[in-house]
Amino acid sequence: MSTPLLAIPVVVPIFGAALSILVGFRRELQRLVTIAALSVTVVVSIIVLIRADEHGHLVANSGGWAAPLGIALIVDRFAAIMLVVSAVVLLIVAIYAIGQAGEERERVSFHPLYLVLAAGVSASFVTGDLFNLFVAFEMMLAASYVLITLGGRPDQVRAGMTYVVISLVASTLFITSLALLYAATGTVNMADLAGRLAEIDPALRHGFSIMLLIVFGIKAGLFPLFFWLPDSYPTAPGPVTAIFAGLLTKVGVYAIIRTQTLMFPPGDGGANWGDDVLLWVAAATMIIGVIGAIAQDDMKRILAFHIISQIGYMIMGLGMFTVVGVAAAVFYVIHHIVVKTALFLVAGLVDHRAGSSRLSSVGGLVRTAPMIAALFAVPALSLAGLPPFSGFLAKFALVDAGLSQGSSAIVAVALAVGLFTLFSMTKIWTGAFWGSAETEPERAPRTTDRFGGPPLMVLATLSLVAISISFSIWAGPIHELSQRAAEDLLNPAGYINAVLREAAP
Amino acid sequence: MSLALAAVTAILFASGTWLLLQRRLTRIIIGIGLLGHGANLLLVTSGGRAGNPPILDGTVGSPAAYSDPLPQALALTAIVITFGVTAFLLALGYRSWQINSDDKVEDDLEDRMVARRNELDGPEGPIDDGDPETNEFEVEEDAQP
Repeated sequence: MSTPLLAIPVVVPIFGAALSILVGFRRELQRLVTIAALSVTVVVSIIVLIRADEHGHLVANSGGWAAPLGIALIVDRFAAIMLVVSAVVLLIVAIYAIGQAGEERERVSFHPLYLVLAAGVSASFVTGDLFNLFVAFEMMLAASYVLITLGGRPDQVRAGMTYVVISLVASTLFITSLALLYAATGTVNMADLAGRLAEIDPALRHGFSIMLLIVFGIKAGLFPLFFWLPDSYPTAPGPVTAIFAGLLTKVGVYAIIRTQTLMFPPGDGGANWGDDVLLWVAAATMIIGVIGAIAQDDMKRILAFHIISQIGYMIMGLGMFTVVGVAAAVFYVIHHIVVKTALFLVAGLVDHRAGSSRLSSVGGLVRTAPMIAALFAVPALSLAGLPPFSGFLAKFALVDAGLSQGSSAIVAVALAVGLFTLFSMTKIWTGAFWGSAETEPERAPRTTDRFGGPPLMVLATLSLVAISISFSIWAGPIHELSQRAAEDLLNPAGYINAVLREAAP
Repeated sequence: MSLALAAVTAILFASGTWLLLQRRLTRIIIGIGLLGHGANLLLVTSGGRAGNPPILDGTVGSPAAYSDPLPQALALTAIVITFGVTAFLLALGYRSWQINSDDKVEDDLEDRMVARRNELDGPEGPIDDGDPETNEFEVEEDAQP
C-alpha cells in the first residue's frame, strides 16, 4: 500500500530543527518546537504502525520516481515498531532534557541537533535504499558528534574524538561496501539487491554479507568492534547518553537484522557458516560486555558495558534465523531501548542528586532519595531478566527459541550472562543506594528536590519505567506483533514485491 | 575499472590506514581524509567505463556510450558528507590542541584508573590516593581563549 505518510517522521523533525534555529533567541519557543515536532512524529508513527500491521507493507516513492530508480521509502512491521519506540523514547528524553537545567542544555544548538538526530533515526528505519541508509546514518551521526562534545570539556573532546574517528572509519567502510555492491549488482535499492545478490557468486555474496556486518557491527558495538562504546558514551550529558545508549546502537542492530534477513537469507547453498558466525559473535559480545562491566566503578560506564552484552542477545535471536528466534530478537530490541534509556535517565538523576555517578562517591540514596531508588530498581531487575519484568519475557522468548532449535551452548551462555548482569545491578544498588560514599563527589549534592530531582526529569523517567512495566502487562499482543514482524523478515518476498510492484503501477 | 584508478584507490586506502594508526591527531585526520577520498574514488569507478555525459539531447544513442550517472551522484553526496565531518574533526582537533597543547591522543582516563586500581587497592577495597589525576573530572574551562 502506498502512502506519503512515511516521509513525515523524517520531514517534521528536520523542519522543526530549522525552525528551532530561527527561534534560537527564545528558549521557551525552542522547547515548544522540539516537543511539538516530536509529538507529531509519535502520532504519525503510531498511525504508520497500525496501518503497516493492517497492510503488511507501506511504500512511498520519493519524488514520484518508482523503485528501483527512485529512492523508495518502505515500512514493514519491524520498521514501524522501531519507528514508534524510537519516537516515544525521543519525546520522553526531550522532556527530561528540558527538565534538567544545565550548561549543555542551555546552549542554542542543543534543540536543533536533537531534532536532526531524531530525523536521522527515523530516516534509517523508513528507507528502502542502502545509500539512503548511509545518508540517514550520517545525519544521525553528524548530530551525535556535536551532541557528544557539546560543552567542549577535555574528557568530552577526548572521548568525542574516539567516537568521531571510529564512526568515520565505519562510514568509509560503508561507502566502500556500497561501491563494491554497485559494481557487482548495479543497484543500491535493498529490495532490488536482494534479487540480484542471489544471482552472483556465493563467495562474493558472503564477502558482502561480512562487510555489511562489520559496518553495522561497529555502530551496534558487536564483538570485536565495541571498544569505542564504553569510552565515549558516558562522557556526554545525561539525556544525550541516554538517547545514544537506547537508540543509536539499536539503529545498527536494526540495519544488521534488515540486511541479513533481506539480502543474505540463510540456507541458500552453503551460506550456513554465516549463521554460525552470528551466534559465535553473539556469545562473545554477551560475555565480553558483562565481564567488562565488572571492573568499572562509574555507574554510567557499567551501564555502557551492559549495552554491549545486551546487543549480543539481539544478535543471538537473529543468528538462529527461525521465526521464534527473530521474534524474540525484535521483542528484545523493543524492551531494551526502553529499559536501557530508563536506566541512563536514572543515572542522570543520580548524577544530578549526588553530584557524581561514581559508585565510590555516592551512597545511601535509598534513604535520601527513595524515588530514584524505586525508578532504578524496576529497569535494573528488568535488564537482569527477573520475572515479572519485560526483560524476563524477552530472555525467556530467546531461551525458548534457542532450546527449540537445540542450540544449548548459546542458551547456557545467555543464562550465565543474565546472572552476571544481576551481579552488576546489585553492585550499583549496594554502591549507590545502600552503603555510604567513600570519596567526595565531584560536585556538591543537591538535596533540596522533593522527588529526588527536578519534577520534569522524574516524570520523564517515571513514564519510561511505566512503559517498560506495560510491556509485561501487554506482553501477549506485543509478542504476537513481533512474531508477525519476524515472519515478514524471514519471508522477504513480501518486502521485495511491495517495493518493486510500485515500479509498474 | 581502469588500472590506474584502481592503483590510486589502493594507495589512498593503504596510506590512509597507516596514518589512521598513528598516535598524532593531525595524522589521524589526514588519514581519515585519504580514506574518504579512496572510498569516493572507488564509488566513481564502480560505475564502469567513462562515457558521454548522460544528458538526453534528442540524439539517443546506445546506452553503452553514456557513463553511469548514479555512482557520480552518490560520490558527490559522499564527498559533501566527508567534507562536513572532516571540518568538524579539525575543529575538534583544534579544541583538543587548545586543551592539551599537544595533539597526541591520550589513553582513556577511566581505563587508566581501572588499570591502576589493582595497585592502589588494599584488602580493604578502593582507597582515595589523593591524586587529583585519578579522581578529578572537573578541569578548568579557562582553556577557552
